[in-house]
Amino acid sequence: MNQPAEKNNAAAPAEEVVTLYKSRKKIHPRSVTGRFANWRWVFVWLTQLIYYGLPWIPWDDRQAFLLDIVNRKFYIFGLVLWPQDVFFLAIILIISAYSLFLFTAVAGRLWCGYTCPQTVYTEIFMWIEKMIEGERPARIKLDQAPMDARKFRLRALKYGSWALFAWWTGFTLVGYFTPIRELWTEFWTWNLGPWETFWIFFYGFMTFLFAGIMREQVCLYMCPYARFQSVMFDPDTLVITYDVERGEPRGARRKGVDPKSVGKGDCIDCGICVQVCPTGIDIRNGLQYECIGCAACIDGCDEVMDKMGYPRGLIRYTTEHAMERHWGKKEILRHVVRPRIIVYTLILLAIVSGLIWGIANKPDLRVNVIRDRGVLAREVEGGLVENIYRLQVMNVSEQPHRYRITVSGLDGIQLEGEPVLEVEPATTKSFSYAVRVPPEAAPKGSHTIYFDVKAEGNEKIAVHEKATFLMP
Amino acid sequence: MDFNFTSDLVGFWNLFVVVIVAVSVIGCGVFLWVQGSAKFKPGEVTGHVWDETLEEYSNPLPNWWRWMFYITVVFAIVYLALYPGLGNNRGMFGWTMRGQYDEEMKAAEAKYGPIFNKFLQQDVMTVAADPEAREMGQRLFVTYCAQCHGSDAGGGPGFPNLKDNDWLWGGTPEKIKETITNGRMGVMTPKGTKPDMDAEQVKDVVAYVRSLSGLSHDSARAQRGAELYPQACAACHGPDAKGNPEAGYPNLTDKVWLYGSREETMIETVTKGRQNQMPAFGEFLGPAKVHLLTAYVWGLGGGVKPAPAAPQQAEAAPAAATSGEAAPAEQK
Repeated sequence: MNQPAEKNNAAAPAEEVVTLYKSRKKIHPRSVTGRFANWRWVFVWLTQLIYYGLPWIPWDDRQAFLLDIVNRKFYIFGLVLWPQDVFFLAIILIISAYSLFLFTAVAGRLWCGYTCPQTVYTEIFMWIEKMIEGERPARIKLDQAPMDARKFRLRALKYGSWALFAWWTGFTLVGYFTPIRELWTEFWTWNLGPWETFWIFFYGFMTFLFAGIMREQVCLYMCPYARFQSVMFDPDTLVITYDVERGEPRGARRKGVDPKSVGKGDCIDCGICVQVCPTGIDIRNGLQYECIGCAACIDGCDEVMDKMGYPRGLIRYTTEHAMERHWGKKEILRHVVRPRIIVYTLILLAIVSGLIWGIANKPDLRVNVIRDRGVLAREVEGGLVENIYRLQVMNVSEQPHRYRITVSGLDGIQLEGEPVLEVEPATTKSFSYAVRVPPEAAPKGSHTIYFDVKAEGNEKIAVHEKATFLMP
Repeated sequence: MDFNFTSDLVGFWNLFVVVIVAVSVIGCGVFLWVQGSAKFKPGEVTGHVWDETLEEYSNPLPNWWRWMFYITVVFAIVYLALYPGLGNNRGMFGWTMRGQYDEEMKAAEAKYGPIFNKFLQQDVMTVAADPEAREMGQRLFVTYCAQCHGSDAGGGPGFPNLKDNDWLWGGTPEKIKETITNGRMGVMTPKGTKPDMDAEQVKDVVAYVRSLSGLSHDSARAQRGAELYPQACAACHGPDAKGNPEAGYPNLTDKVWLYGSREETMIETVTKGRQNQMPAFGEFLGPAKVHLLTAYVWGLGGGVKPAPAAPQQAEAAPAAATSGEAAPAEQK
């Protein structure tokens, strides 16, 4: 039992010849308890309460969080985003990217270890698995056992529970795009639309596949972040490290024996750190790209150290420099503040404040002025020159409004047509307007004029929009 | 399915494409097969180096990934069997862009057709009074008519204003529908029916015409022009210059000028003549949309009420509308 299959892999003789493809060795991670495991569960609960709970929150007469793609309106509590606001999405993505850079530079793969959906769902699926099939040794035994009634029952229960959970995940996802309460009744009365059905089952299936079956394979072979996170690391980045100096030479010994007296390091070579690793690596071989930074090995090792009566931290969060230069906590913390971190933080702060400013100052009215292109300019009675415009008036607010339109920019400019228009909440309407100018007001060519659209009773809701007037 | 060797495979460029596609797909499969049995030492470097020290190690890929590669090869073969992609081969589904377009149009017609068609049962004036129909009509107008007549239907140089009550071809619902359905050709021959007019005579005629609608003019010229008018213009525009909507000849005594009322413009019109065309929309839009557009244009304000002269035929309006509908159908 102390010679897990994974170890043979690491110690493979150099002459061995292998093919370009290898079959997967199933990993049965042993469950851990401890500080970092608790943190992970905190994040599992936090992220999943938000994920499963958010679409059920009501707001006025609608869902508080609804991405209504069909009508192209995104409702986020009191905020309604229109297609024109898509740059907010870009800003949110930039913020996510910079947060990732910042967290990674400070403490490695925090995202991977605690909040990445792949980690979070794998954690949940493994918990279900442990509840049904038992701990690591029981699962290894069950895997090797031939199919009988008991194994079939356990497997059916496990896959059934996974499927149920995965379905709930897919259902919730669609609930972000279709009102979830209606979706619920639609599902039970079998009235789902084709796309809703597809996404519920597709997303559910993918959750089942990735969190239940693929697990570490996603991190090792599919995740791009695993491949480029190394460029965000530097020697002052906190990483999970095995203290070689303190641990080696490793070896078994009886409890209570002073390691120095038998010429050994603190590592008792129990293999717990390997057994608990969800990606199946041995952290004692150093930092590897497979390490998702989940700190399960730290929790496992600390428990063993406690039992042995040795100090904790044989495997711990530390930095490359701290290892080399024997720094303590203080020096590590002092080196958190370095140019790279400062730059990331400043950029992040700037973009976050930009986003907040942008959302706070989001206009309640948008106006597009579109000049008729077919008809350049026309002469009307009295010799006036007329240009035609279509005004696309978007009432972005959730109240109906009456808007008054005026034009300016040329002498004697006048607007033909009803200058007051009504637009219902969250709708767009188009109106045709003719603008007339006496022929002597401007020379031949194009001239800038302005349309002013102001809400009646609320002067703050106003748009000053530029347009072009052509003189023949 | 109906694979035709002679038409599907012959031709150099066709074969060229077929060979490239087939070799690429089969090549990928063969390459995968060969790679599957290739051997190497673990930890061997491939020889690729980036950024001075970054080397690529040979690490085995999981088997499931290899199967995904095979699936892509199978997908390519299935796809090329079903859809066009292998040279001229049409694929078993016989899919074409045109076919998909027609199908989508048919689906749209099935979905939106009834919405348009329900107005086809009503006469133009009823439709023109219906706010929902007006809104639909406006959308159709902005899509199909605004390019020439402007989004406010006010027209422009060479394109008639549809809001006023001056109609080149008549402003009754039947006439408007006829115009939209079949289009119109407006022709003014150079120098009218008196091609031997010299430039001075043209100016005289223009002066006379300007006098008719109260525009500024040289009265001596206008007097001479009045003598030329019966020979040069009256055949089309009438002896009283009121035009003839049956043939699209404009009224010269009103204040409406299709190409503008400036003297130079009018001289150009008379000297060079004018050719004007309104395209036929009947076939393209179908009777229901034409009906809605007719009602919208009629309802803009300048429309002429149909046949008020025959009071005993009180039922004439629906009858006229029916005959109007039948016209595009007869064309087919």
